[in-house]
Amino acid sequence: MNEHSRPPQTVPRLSATFDPATMAEIRRAAATGIYDIRGGGTKRKLPHFDDLLFLGASISRYPLEGYREKCGTDVVLGTRYAKKPIHLKTPVTIAGMSFGALSAQAKEALGRGASMIGTSTTTGDGGMTPEERGQSKTLVYQYLPSRYGMNPDDLRRADAIEVVVGQGAKPGGGGMLLGQKISPRVAKMRCLPEGIDQRSACRHPDWTGPDDLEIKIEELREITDWEKPIYVKVGASRPYYDTALAVKAGADVVVLDGMQGGTAATQDVFIEHVGIPILAAIRPAVKALQDLGMHRKVQLIVSGGIRSGADMAKALALGADAVAIGTAALIALGDNDPRWEAEYQKLGTTAGAYDDWHEGRDPAGITTQDPDLAKRLDPELAGRRLANYLAVMTLECQTIARAAGKSHVHNLEPEDLVALSIEAAAMAGVPLAGTNWIPGQGSF
Amino acid sequence: MNTIPTSQTVDLATVSLRELNQSLHRLGDRTNLSHWRILNPRGAHALACGLDADVTVEVDGDAGYYCAGMNKRATVIVHGNVGIGVAENMMSGRVYVKGDASQAAGATGQGGLLVVDGNTSGRCGISMKGIDIVVKGSIGPMSAFMAQAGSLVVFGDAGDALGDSIYEARLFVRGTVKSLGADCIEKPMKDQHRAELYAKLKEAGVAGEVDVGEFKRYGSARTLYNFHVDNASAY
Repeated sequence: MNEHSRPPQTVPRLSATFDPATMAEIRRAAATGIYDIRGGGTKRKLPHFDDLLFLGASISRYPLEGYREKCGTDVVLGTRYAKKPIHLKTPVTIAGMSFGALSAQAKEALGRGASMIGTSTTTGDGGMTPEERGQSKTLVYQYLPSRYGMNPDDLRRADAIEVVVGQGAKPGGGGMLLGQKISPRVAKMRCLPEGIDQRSACRHPDWTGPDDLEIKIEELREITDWEKPIYVKVGASRPYYDTALAVKAGADVVVLDGMQGGTAATQDVFIEHVGIPILAAIRPAVKALQDLGMHRKVQLIVSGGIRSGADMAKALALGADAVAIGTAALIALGDNDPRWEAEYQKLGTTAGAYDDWHEGRDPAGITTQDPDLAKRLDPELAGRRLANYLAVMTLECQTIARAAGKSHVHNLEPEDLVALSIEAAAMAGVPLAGTNWIPGQGSF
Repeated sequence: MNTIPTSQTVDLATVSLRELNQSLHRLGDRTNLSHWRILNPRGAHALACGLDADVTVEVDGDAGYYCAGMNKRATVIVHGNVGIGVAENMMSGRVYVKGDASQAAGATGQGGLLVVDGNTSGRCGISMKGIDIVVKGSIGPMSAFMAQAGSLVVFGDAGDALGDSIYEARLFVRGTVKSLGADCIEKPMKDQHRAELYAKLKEAGVAGEVDVGEFKRYGSARTLYNFHVDNASAY
């Protein structure tokens, strides 16, 4: 029998269900007996802002001149109750990330970059550092279940207070900082023994439910003499009700974080399987505000996978007042930069895929407490890069807004958008491109 | 010759909580108004919270949630009961409750002293970070949950799951403990611990009321400080 007489063979076919990554994870779990912990946000493909397009001006709409006619970007947050609402020059803010998860240099760089461009940055689950306060013109102070480092002096030093109920990467989960990153300074700030695996509480210790939250917010207002805007941050899961309850509890600002939002560390299963994409969360949150007559009175900040001025413009068009970025800001500082490829390879990964932020061995010196690694990040240069990136985002957002004929980015509206997929159309509540069909609305 | 007043009485039937707290926050270090008496609190929330002055505030009646929250330096005495979160996140100073306290008394407190003459409900001393708490009655379940530092002294009994996931806080209970939480164990009560307890009670002004020899000591077994899969069933 010669080779020409062999019957046709089946080619090796990989399973879509048991793909290489899935099988590798099964083998890893079988070998170790412990779930996978990592940083960052979801890596799966989700309906996102890429599935939306803007309708530019046409015969029925006229655009604004790109380099001649003004397109405003400023936003005021905290106009409902706070005596001192905060004024930002651009509606893109830096999301909460802790000193502990990030190096002091990285926190300083975030403050520098945000301040250069006239926006705010936010503390995290580790208290406020002098570097961060000193370099942040506008600093939002997170009030978390752990209350690490919480004190009334920092509360009063802050420009706004963010009561964190949850975050998009892990709605229903608490913070996690493993022993490698509990350096003496981090341990002291958090009042914990050095080197332990710190697992923060997932619920606040002294309030449960919206009625208690209302009283808690009243206390924070009393302590700060009603000066500071008070935000309530929730992970996107039940956005309509969470937004309504936050408003009922007295929030000035609601922060809504989709499942694409990053985390310093948590279980991969949590990141990939709990919560909903930000695209699906904005319209229900806006509807809650509208139903209560509070849209634009209580401001809405959305986050989770915001990468560009286009994402920002789409979020604003869906009804948000501002967006927040975390992962994108870290990338702007230098996270996952190919210049460190050789070192990523040594860690068994590659630039762009590095997510073992919890291990504290970040070659870029950002998600680490190792003093030698942290020194690699120059806060001034990294801050400049972040400022450049924020400026580009703002310019991109203005470009789109002008093309849609808007003299302020807040004038963008759902009517300016269409969707490329049925899923995105249903989630964003805008028509499928080329049709007037919004799935999920009206009867069939 | 006029004398400078050193005390102030505020009737919450006629003055708003906001006005009262604002007045207390404005007190400087050189204030002569070192003694305040609050009438008709009627369960007001956030009463005398955020103080930062060497003054004494006496509340004649019951207070609501977060009384004396985030207190610094001040002495707050409540002649009544208090709601959830009395002296929450206290930094320093003293808070005395002459009646009972609801849940989360002294929660996340970083320093100072909280004394409750009566009982407290659940989660007393939750996530405490350096505060000293003395409860002359009994405490409810899940007290000292994730307690990081400081001491909790209980003259009476403790409810279920005392000290669950405790870090380095020190617990002393004279009565019975219904159950211990994950990683919380009874530890030997040696002379040094009796001396430590006596010093705490003396600081609280109640050293003569109980025999320190009647207390048992509880704290962390430290087996859950670093995650190990063999301990997964403890969570």
